[in-house]
Amino acid sequence: MALLETSRYSQGSALGSVNPDLASERQTASFCVERLTALLDGGAEQTRIRRAVVEAIESDPVFSRENQYFQTQNERYEAAVRKAVHLQKKMHEMGWTENGPEYKYIYRALSGDVAFLLHRVFMRSISVLGSDKQVAKWIPLATQHKLIGSYAQTELGHGTYLQGLETTAVFDTATQEFILNTPKISAMKWWPGDMGRSATHTVVFAQLYIHGKCYGIHPFILQIRSLQDHSLCPGITAGDIGPKMNFEHTDNGYLLLKSVRIPRENMLSKFCEVRPDGTYVRQGSQQINYFTMTTVRISLISDEVLTPFMKACTIAIRYSVVRRQSKLKPGEQEAKILDYQTQQEKLLPQLAAAYAFHFTNNYLQELFNRGYAEIHRKNFDMLPELHALSSGFKAVITQHCTAGVEICLRACGGHGYSLLSGLPSLYTKILASCIYEGENTILLLQTARFLIKCFMAASAGQPVPPSVTYLAAMKHGKCPAKNKLDFLSPDIYIEAYQHAAVRLTSNTAAKLQDLIQSGVKKHDAWNQCTVQLVQAAKAHCHYIAVKNFAETVEKLETKAGIQKIMKHLCDLFALHGIFSNTGAFLHDGYTSAAQMDMVTASYLDLLAVIRKDAVPLVDAFDFTDKCLNSALGSYDGQVYQRLYEWAQKSPTNQMSPAYERYLKPLLHNTLSKL
Amino acid sequence: MSVNADLRKERAAATFQPELLTHILDGGPERTRRRKEIEALVLNDPDFQHEDLNFLSRSQRYEQAIRKSSLMVMKLREYGIADPEEIYWFKSFVHRGRPEPLDLHLGMFLPTLLTQATPEQQDRFFMPAWNLEIIGTYAQTEMGHGTHLRGLETTATYDPSTQEFILNSPTVTSIKWWPGGLGKTSNHAIVLAQLYTQGQCKGLHAFIVPIRQLGTHEPLPGITVGDIGPKFGYDEMDNGYLKMDNFRIPRENMLMKYAQVEPDGTYVKPVSDKLTYGTMVFIRSLIVGDSARSLSRACTIAIRYSAVRHQSELKPGEPEPQILDYQTQQYKLFPLLATAYAFHFVGAYIKDTYHRISGDISTGDLSELPELHALTAGLKAFTSWTANAGIEECRMACGGHGYSRCSGIPDIYVTFTPSCTYEGENTVMMLQTARFLMKSYTQVTSGQQVTGMVSYLNDLSRQRIQPQHVAARTVTVRINDPTSLVEAYKSRAARLVESAAKNLQAELNHRRSKEDAWNRTSVDLVRASEAHCHYVIVKLFTAKLAEVSDAAVHAVLTNLCLLYALFGISRNAGDFLQAGILTSAQITQVNQHVKELLAVIRPNAVALVDSFDFHDVHLGSVLGRYDGNVYENMFEWAKKSPLNKTQVHESFHKHLKPMQAKL
Repeated sequence: MALLETSRYSQGSALGSVNPDLASERQTASFCVERLTALLDGGAEQTRIRRAVVEAIESDPVFSRENQYFQTQNERYEAAVRKAVHLQKKMHEMGWTENGPEYKYIYRALSGDVAFLLHRVFMRSISVLGSDKQVAKWIPLATQHKLIGSYAQTELGHGTYLQGLETTAVFDTATQEFILNTPKISAMKWWPGDMGRSATHTVVFAQLYIHGKCYGIHPFILQIRSLQDHSLCPGITAGDIGPKMNFEHTDNGYLLLKSVRIPRENMLSKFCEVRPDGTYVRQGSQQINYFTMTTVRISLISDEVLTPFMKACTIAIRYSVVRRQSKLKPGEQEAKILDYQTQQEKLLPQLAAAYAFHFTNNYLQELFNRGYAEIHRKNFDMLPELHALSSGFKAVITQHCTAGVEICLRACGGHGYSLLSGLPSLYTKILASCIYEGENTILLLQTARFLIKCFMAASAGQPVPPSVTYLAAMKHGKCPAKNKLDFLSPDIYIEAYQHAAVRLTSNTAAKLQDLIQSGVKKHDAWNQCTVQLVQAAKAHCHYIAVKNFAETVEKLETKAGIQKIMKHLCDLFALHGIFSNTGAFLHDGYTSAAQMDMVTASYLDLLAVIRKDAVPLVDAFDFTDKCLNSALGSYDGQVYQRLYEWAQKSPTNQMSPAYERYLKPLLHNTLSKL
Repeated sequence: MSVNADLRKERAAATFQPELLTHILDGGPERTRRRKEIEALVLNDPDFQHEDLNFLSRSQRYEQAIRKSSLMVMKLREYGIADPEEIYWFKSFVHRGRPEPLDLHLGMFLPTLLTQATPEQQDRFFMPAWNLEIIGTYAQTEMGHGTHLRGLETTATYDPSTQEFILNSPTVTSIKWWPGGLGKTSNHAIVLAQLYTQGQCKGLHAFIVPIRQLGTHEPLPGITVGDIGPKFGYDEMDNGYLKMDNFRIPRENMLMKYAQVEPDGTYVKPVSDKLTYGTMVFIRSLIVGDSARSLSRACTIAIRYSAVRHQSELKPGEPEPQILDYQTQQYKLFPLLATAYAFHFVGAYIKDTYHRISGDISTGDLSELPELHALTAGLKAFTSWTANAGIEECRMACGGHGYSRCSGIPDIYVTFTPSCTYEGENTVMMLQTARFLMKSYTQVTSGQQVTGMVSYLNDLSRQRIQPQHVAARTVTVRINDPTSLVEAYKSRAARLVESAAKNLQAELNHRRSKEDAWNRTSVDLVRASEAHCHYVIVKLFTAKLAEVSDAAVHAVLTNLCLLYALFGISRNAGDFLQAGILTSAQITQVNQHVKELLAVIRPNAVALVDSFDFHDVHLGSVLGRYDGNVYENMFEWAKKSPLNKTQVHESFHKHLKPMQAKL
């Protein structure tokens, strides 16, 4: 029932028809793939727009990612700059605008392999933190690319903890300038993207000093390179921080400042201003800043995490029906590796998680949109909940998906390690998401802080935000399941998740109180409970994800088999979570040992059910071959031919100076002289 | 430059002498001395110096590796280093723990000639190969076939008229794919192929195949050979492909010590060869050791860096604390540190047992080999999975800087991670161990006694009087006593083995075929194997404690052993609860005790990684330097990045400037 024409996917090589092992998987789909794609996109019209954008980008040779796996860091960087420049032209040509419906699909179509992403962060921070006058001055320049911006916050010695930054900005009333300095090596700006080679300007964060008094961290606009010849401005040392696990195309940079002077007007001053005489003035609410962080965390889930995760699932699952290994039944052909229970146990829970988190992301987006509307009405009530959920889910989803991509990689046997499989670069890229925009452990502790606060409030009978009202309703019952089929009832498993989440939060809250009452200082008590707090925050997010998935399934159309297959995935997601963390559910006897055996039985049964739809379920993600850029995962399943063709293109097969220089003397008897 | 003050303070506060622990890891002070002697030979040799590999392209890295490998072979002979372990040290210092293009020549080609070639073949091939006129590799894996050897498709058809074998790669999937050193380095390969003679397939056999012209190094007619392209790491290695089209080799090139093809094509069967068992055990035992070393390196980097890095506020108004003082950071790193020690001892145990048994092989007593073979399969999988995840955890624990290649951890990871797949894919390995466990279980249920590491299964028959899980055991577990924890792990393994066996039987009762029933139980079987391996590791670590005489070292190792065991219980609490081995209250105690142990181990953390005794050059990490001068050296390192070669990058003139002019 896969309705897509295969020709759209072929890569123009000699490769022809679809591998029969893959074709047969598509004939037995229990649901309509095209409808599921539309559901994922948010409507058939969205699917149409997305495909048009992908088509326009992929048919343009400048955006080609062919041979990308063979390129050096320098070549990758250059290609990314070339693409970024060409994109401006393309957008103009196609009539795409930053506010148009096409915009959000461009990044996906480019697979993120483009320079100047920080330019947008630069612009956004000016829009959010700048005065009207500053916005009027800088935004047009940035929009026209008269300058290229970056965003310099992190320092060599300081990351998540902003108050610890050491760069200084000292106000000089005599000249009406700020003097920027990097007082020591650990204060050097380190990591900002586009800063190593490209950027001409940056928003730099520094400790503000006026008349010897420190006013804390503030943002300043700083020019770092000449607009004429791109050379570094006086007092500036900047460069690339060297090779990383991935992001070869990005020139993450360092920046060292030696008495660099900038005019007073360059401090972004929507919320704080320094008057000519050195008077420091605060204005407006800073709470909006938290909102910016929330925005970034939610937006990265879709582009930086779910997309690569879904790609990895697509590659690993398609390859697993093409690859045959060993015999399941004597005398028969070697079996598809996806027919092995252990292979299903690796991959299908990942597939379920991809769908689960897709719906979680929708839930967060919806919450975010409501929050945004409220904030415009100057109502900040939703902020703490939004902050807690976006922090917690950023951590939980990035962590889960990173591990998931690695599982996909290793499920492809030896070929998974070839860069040509596409999986190593998906992995090395997604894993950075566990650290940027807030290190995961720290984010989970922020969620935990919110949970503890809400738990205390709920216990005292005070109102709490909707996502945590369940904390007030701790029941001391037992899981009512009587047989394995009961565990396919969402009420049963949602209740189990809720019970575990409440138990972890309430136990930790009690422990914290005990410690404090026994005389331990508050911060010490907090540190002694952080391991438990992290577990509580994860349990909370897991509970919300399961609940949201089940509620989403409930509302789906029953036509075309969509609801049925989504229900299976929801069950699998929930039961896999219990199966892989049995301790949390057995603890305190909510679930009995016998019930846990039922969970396992139901979970293993589901693997066999979902196995049948595995390929259509990844087809529904609707990635083109060019987008996947994988010899193992292409739509036609011609894995081995493609692997062989691509390998021959490797530069290592062109010529090998090593032979003349080292091998020849070695082979020609230099050793026999010994 | 002097040592960073934080690290100085850490080292001064240690309660034991790190050298004593180093001696235990090395197997005695004399071994430590010799290791350092060999290390110095390499490190002080200007021939082995080169630019930081992180800044080189793949071709350049291959070139450096081949240069060093050729020198290495010469110098090993010059210095008269011949002991396998000493060769291993030398090689690993030269290549800093990375693979190199001659790995398969030295590790597979030469040994295979020794064990499988006839004396006549040894005369023809061994000395030229020893002198590197012949460089060989071992070509087994094909593009479409890995672990399942019988599925290989390459054919060798005997032609009695010319007394030659005709080698063919009949399909794309049959192209040899992955062998190290095959792409560019080797001029010969030992090729595994299905032998056809007199119209019959005789199964897999090994053939010596010349692939490149001696002298010009050009591929021979009928041979297509090349590099398989870039990989996740292994930049130094030219993993290759090999396609053969009607390529003829003389009859005498089949390795014929065991099976033979006579001139007229008559096939002579081999006498059964249990030695291949031994080789597999040996290589898998090396991987267990490698798991320990790779994880130790990652722990060294992460723990030293966590002592140098300061972040946020623990107490209001005080300076930013070392990140190693955060409980969450300790919870990430210390269980891994304990794991690294545990795996060291397991690796040493397998190596010793292997040497003891291989003594018996020559005298004919192979009774212990099946168990050791089954056990090393599972331990290979268990340790490589755990170490793999642990290395990543260490990298994440270093925050953003862990992601930079200057941390060295990305390199450790990509070099190590394929060991989850090569020499037996891990899930397949776990299922091999499971097969042995099921066999042992069946023996026990039929009234026979089993011996060795599985002897705990004997107790199951005694417990059978009670219909439910043995709840009475709960009170006996003492969470401060490693010996008592070994018992808890033993009960868990017994319970999971039994449960898998029963599920398997239930599937068979549903009249499923044996293979189908096995497949439907395989998730349970893997869990049973994991529990068995986990038990073995806890047991071996505990047993090691008794051998430690120094009181201070004994104390610190006991804490690590307890942490290893308790953390494992905490992480797998469900198994212990479900089997009724521990109560919920006891699990809460275990969780609490884990956290207390973190605080106990904290003062010795840096000394415990110092004991691994990795030289800075070998560690290859700016974050993990012994002197802790991290930030200065990160800056120095970054300045050498290829993007920094020119002050203004050429893409400015090519792309940026024209764009700015147009807009």
